[in-house]
Amino acid sequence: MKRFTAWRRRPWAGYAVVLAALAAIGVIYAGFSPRTDRAEAANSAQAAPDLANGKALFNQNCASCHGLNAEGTKDAEGKPISPSLIGVGAASVDFQVSTGRMPAMNPGAQMPRKRPIPAFDTSIKTDHEDPEERAAAEKQKAQAEKNLADLRAYIASLGGGPEVPPASAVDPKKGDVALGGKLFRTNCAQCHSFTGQGGALTGGKYAPPLSNDDVTPTQIYEAMLTGPQAMPVFNDTTLTAEEKQAIIAYIVQIREEPNPGGNGLGRIGPVSEGLAGWLIGIGLLVLAAMWITAKKPKKLKKS
Amino acid sequence: MSESTAPKAVEAPLNFLDDRLGSTTFFKRNMKKVFPDHWSFMLGEIALYSFIILLLTGTFLTLWFKPSMVEVVYDGSYTKLQGVKMSEAYASTLHISFDVRGGLLMRQIHHWAAILFMASILAHMLRVFFTGAYRKPRELNWLIGIGMFTMGMLEGLFGYSLPDDLLSGTGLRITQGVAESIPLVGTYIYMFLFGGEFPGTDIVPRMYMLHILLIPGLILGLITAHMMIMWHQKHTAMPTQHQTEQQVYGYPFYPVFMAKTGAYFLFTFGVLALLGAFAQINPIWLFGPYDPGAISSASQPDWYMGVLEGSLRIMPNWEITAWGHTLSLNVLIPALLPLGIVFGGAAAWPFIEQWVTGDKRHHHVNTRPRNAPVRTATGMAAVTFYGLLWIAGANDVVADRFSVSLFATTWFFRFAVFLGPVLAFIVTKRICLGLQRKDADVIGHGVESGIILMSPEGRFTERHEPAREEERVVLLSKENARPEAPAVDARGVPAPGAKGPLGHLRSRLNRAWQFDDVPVEEHAENGHAELEGDKETARH
Amino acid sequence: MSDENKETAGAQEPRERVIGTPSPARDKALLADGDMSAPAGAGEQLDEASAKRAERIVALFFLLAFAGSVAFIAYYIGWSGRDGGMHGVLRARESNFWLGGTMALSFLAMAAGVTIWVRRLMASKPIIQERHEFAADPQSRAVFAEDFMAGAEDSGLTKRPLLRRTLLLAAAPLGLAPLVLLRDLGPLPEKRLRSTHWGDAVEKAKRQGKKGVRLVVDGTHRPLKVTDFAQVGSMITVLPEGIEEDVPHDQVLTQVAKAVTILINVPEEKFKPAEGRENWHVNGIVAYSKICTHVGCPAALYEQTTHHILCPCHQSTFDATDAAKVVFGPAARPLPQLPLDVEDGYLVATGDFPEPIGPSFWERG
Repeated sequence: MKRFTAWRRRPWAGYAVVLAALAAIGVIYAGFSPRTDRAEAANSAQAAPDLANGKALFNQNCASCHGLNAEGTKDAEGKPISPSLIGVGAASVDFQVSTGRMPAMNPGAQMPRKRPIPAFDTSIKTDHEDPEERAAAEKQKAQAEKNLADLRAYIASLGGGPEVPPASAVDPKKGDVALGGKLFRTNCAQCHSFTGQGGALTGGKYAPPLSNDDVTPTQIYEAMLTGPQAMPVFNDTTLTAEEKQAIIAYIVQIREEPNPGGNGLGRIGPVSEGLAGWLIGIGLLVLAAMWITAKKPKKLKKS
Repeated sequence: MSESTAPKAVEAPLNFLDDRLGSTTFFKRNMKKVFPDHWSFMLGEIALYSFIILLLTGTFLTLWFKPSMVEVVYDGSYTKLQGVKMSEAYASTLHISFDVRGGLLMRQIHHWAAILFMASILAHMLRVFFTGAYRKPRELNWLIGIGMFTMGMLEGLFGYSLPDDLLSGTGLRITQGVAESIPLVGTYIYMFLFGGEFPGTDIVPRMYMLHILLIPGLILGLITAHMMIMWHQKHTAMPTQHQTEQQVYGYPFYPVFMAKTGAYFLFTFGVLALLGAFAQINPIWLFGPYDPGAISSASQPDWYMGVLEGSLRIMPNWEITAWGHTLSLNVLIPALLPLGIVFGGAAAWPFIEQWVTGDKRHHHVNTRPRNAPVRTATGMAAVTFYGLLWIAGANDVVADRFSVSLFATTWFFRFAVFLGPVLAFIVTKRICLGLQRKDADVIGHGVESGIILMSPEGRFTERHEPAREEERVVLLSKENARPEAPAVDARGVPAPGAKGPLGHLRSRLNRAWQFDDVPVEEHAENGHAELEGDKETARH
Repeated sequence: MSDENKETAGAQEPRERVIGTPSPARDKALLADGDMSAPAGAGEQLDEASAKRAERIVALFFLLAFAGSVAFIAYYIGWSGRDGGMHGVLRARESNFWLGGTMALSFLAMAAGVTIWVRRLMASKPIIQERHEFAADPQSRAVFAEDFMAGAEDSGLTKRPLLRRTLLLAAAPLGLAPLVLLRDLGPLPEKRLRSTHWGDAVEKAKRQGKKGVRLVVDGTHRPLKVTDFAQVGSMITVLPEGIEEDVPHDQVLTQVAKAVTILINVPEEKFKPAEGRENWHVNGIVAYSKICTHVGCPAALYEQTTHHILCPCHQSTFDATDAAKVVFGPAARPLPQLPLDVEDGYLVATGDFPEPIGPSFWERG
């Protein structure tokens, strides 16, 4: 991960990205982390979406809850079981599926983030030693990316909606991090906490952590844009694309920033500090007190 | 103790002082002051040494800290905040952290020392309470201790509010809300505290003065008094061999205790340096500058304010509006009542206990917690009450980390703060009495030796042996319940202390204090070695 | 049988045969604290060989402490200030690690050394000292009390009431003087807590012939159009336009602290406007004060699914679709609502909050 981060900061990284987007999906991505190449792949794959494949995937994975025409379903009393997907847009599909939240396994208070199902799992490792294995993994990954792109295109074709942001709009290196910090603290930290560690909401719901590396800039953008689950919407006319990029820059840079003061204690503030003070501080000093006041070792007495 | 004369380097300054102050008498009398040994006697020392470290590191921090709320645009070396508007206080704290060598370390040690200062005072107070070391003649030092803890809370609150980061500003905002809720004078206190409306520009300089001058001065005065009284009264001792109410057994101040306490100072500084080097505390650069429109989840105060935070969180929303006035019980009750009960109760306890038990004697040897079941159980009830409110202050973190519903935690604590202490009282008392019974058994029947005997008839018994002398002393330190003075004398005249409702209350409490006491005493008829089982039948 | 007879012949009582052995743990379990039964006063005899060993161990620790402090100074002087001094996160991290680590090493090694020294090399024995009665005997107390009264008598204080009373009279106002001096700590509350900058801003806008003041996004100062905020489920923090320019520089934060407002787009079909406030929302776009009515934290946690506004400090919960009434938690009053309207496509506020924002206070009523 570190190595990749360092690479991205090299001057040639930008060209590499362009090349990567132009070239066919596959070989070049070997060794790259799953998190940005998926977004890049998505862009190139958008060129020729296969709506038929998208519909097939939808019928197979989504239609059981969202209905055959993506109109949503209701229970006997007319309460919605699952929302209509008409008009939610490609960004929403990309967010829900790429974070593994959809297809949902068992509906609870909130859909948890998990590994996407194999058909959409774009985070497959492709850095195998064995060239055959590598080729197979790359093929699988390419297929997953195509599947995701087709599904997005299919849902978007039903009623439009917000598009997946281009890779350049989510590049965390380009955002104004100071503005991002201000906007993050005003609009995001109340749920996701200072450094994006997440927090509790009502009724067993929670704001998921943003501090893990697998939360990609694209996903953060899509979450703001579409307001998944309990999260409010921050559309592009309320917080512009540039401002969103600033927020992404802040989240990503702050989570990559080392803790200058030692162990960050989970970066959750005074609760863990108080715990550490009592357990480690008082604990060590009680041990020291016991040592100091313990009976003298018998050996040194001659008597 | 050697006969050799002291070298000149030692003798000369001693003579110099003695000629002018007559110090030799004082030194001679106090050099061999005896200090009894027990690990728990050192808990208070953590507080003393943390305080010294707080003064040292705090002085370092004042060299760069600017207590000012004047707005500046940051252009220091923390790149993520460059160009951000912030107060000078926040900017200078960033400067200390990122541009002064050792500044971050001193900041962290200072904050860790504050946490340990308060934690060790509490731990020390628990030790004093559960061993009955607050009893006459030490009630004054007990009250001073409570005073220091209360001062420490204020000192800490002002201290962590100084950097003017988002978390401390949130704390101040809550302080303001609580001040505002005080009936009659609330808004005046609020205006006078902040020099106008929140946040204004006066609060940081004012808190700075209180934090670095007034409150530390008061704490220092209390510490001095505390130490002088302790020195004069001599330390209490655990109920072990050689320790009696008339004599104290332990190591002399010079050289042993001095070296021990010196080592402990080094340990305290060492542990604080360890924490300061390897555990990050109060990373204000991550919190950002104070902004009244911003907030973070998991906004908690330092641990010693957690009780207040917890009671604010679980309080139902009671508010009375009548005759054009508003009384915010939802703020007032949690702000005043829980800490009032705990600290007021703690302050009054030595005197209540004296009144109930009628025990006006001096006590220098501590009680084992089991031998005062009501005291121990009350203490545990208070600990439970405090502890539950404390955890309630972090209920959002609890809900998040353990995936429980947020409102469920609130409801749980709403009931638990009432039921928990009662349960703790009952359980603790039962445990204490059980331990008393065990002690009585050891003294009355001896300890199981592990030697199994087989009688000629094939019966198996275990030999019981008397406990070792050291243990017997500990067990026999229990003062068995004394029969209550009769409420009426022989002629039917009530004793003066038992008259009136107060007198009845006293005698009822007195009964509650000791009615189920298990006497621990030697039975004259039992020898030191006793066999279990009926000897008579064994001989047949 | 014969074996047993032999045994019992040695010891008539008891006749039982020992068949178990004491557990080795027993000795430890019975150890009491302070088991130092040697006679008091005399110094202990140290075993010279083990004392020598102990001395070497202590010396080793002291050398370690020396190394630690030398490393501390060496790092500070020689390394921490390279390339123009310590600046930024990475260098602060490195500096904290080395300075703190060497300092901890130095103190802990010294502490360990002293502890071993005390425990293994100090020959002092525990001693016994008498505890003295603190109290003087009743007679001396009585004598002192008498002397005290005699002194008071001599001074004339007890005999001359005029002297005593005028002295008390003189002292009383002197004691109050410091309190009087504190009056200028702050202004009187007056009506300060009853209005926010929204009121001033709306008034100014109305003087210019407008309907109200525009809402700008906190942090970017961009005014919001209705169409900008049309998506249901949107939430953003807003301030009155021009607050930073219209207010004296040192008052900006104070005014922002009162005026900060959350703008929420709730589904219009679920929105139940309060009586008399039917036209305070724009197609379901509502504005509430962000300052919690409990103790003043920004209540900002909006859940799109439940339409609840949660305060992250003490978990007061308000219903955005129902005039921000309290659903749960310690807050007693709903969040004050800001009247909204549209002007030239922009969202504007047409008045101040109808009631004081933030925590309750005595005079609030």
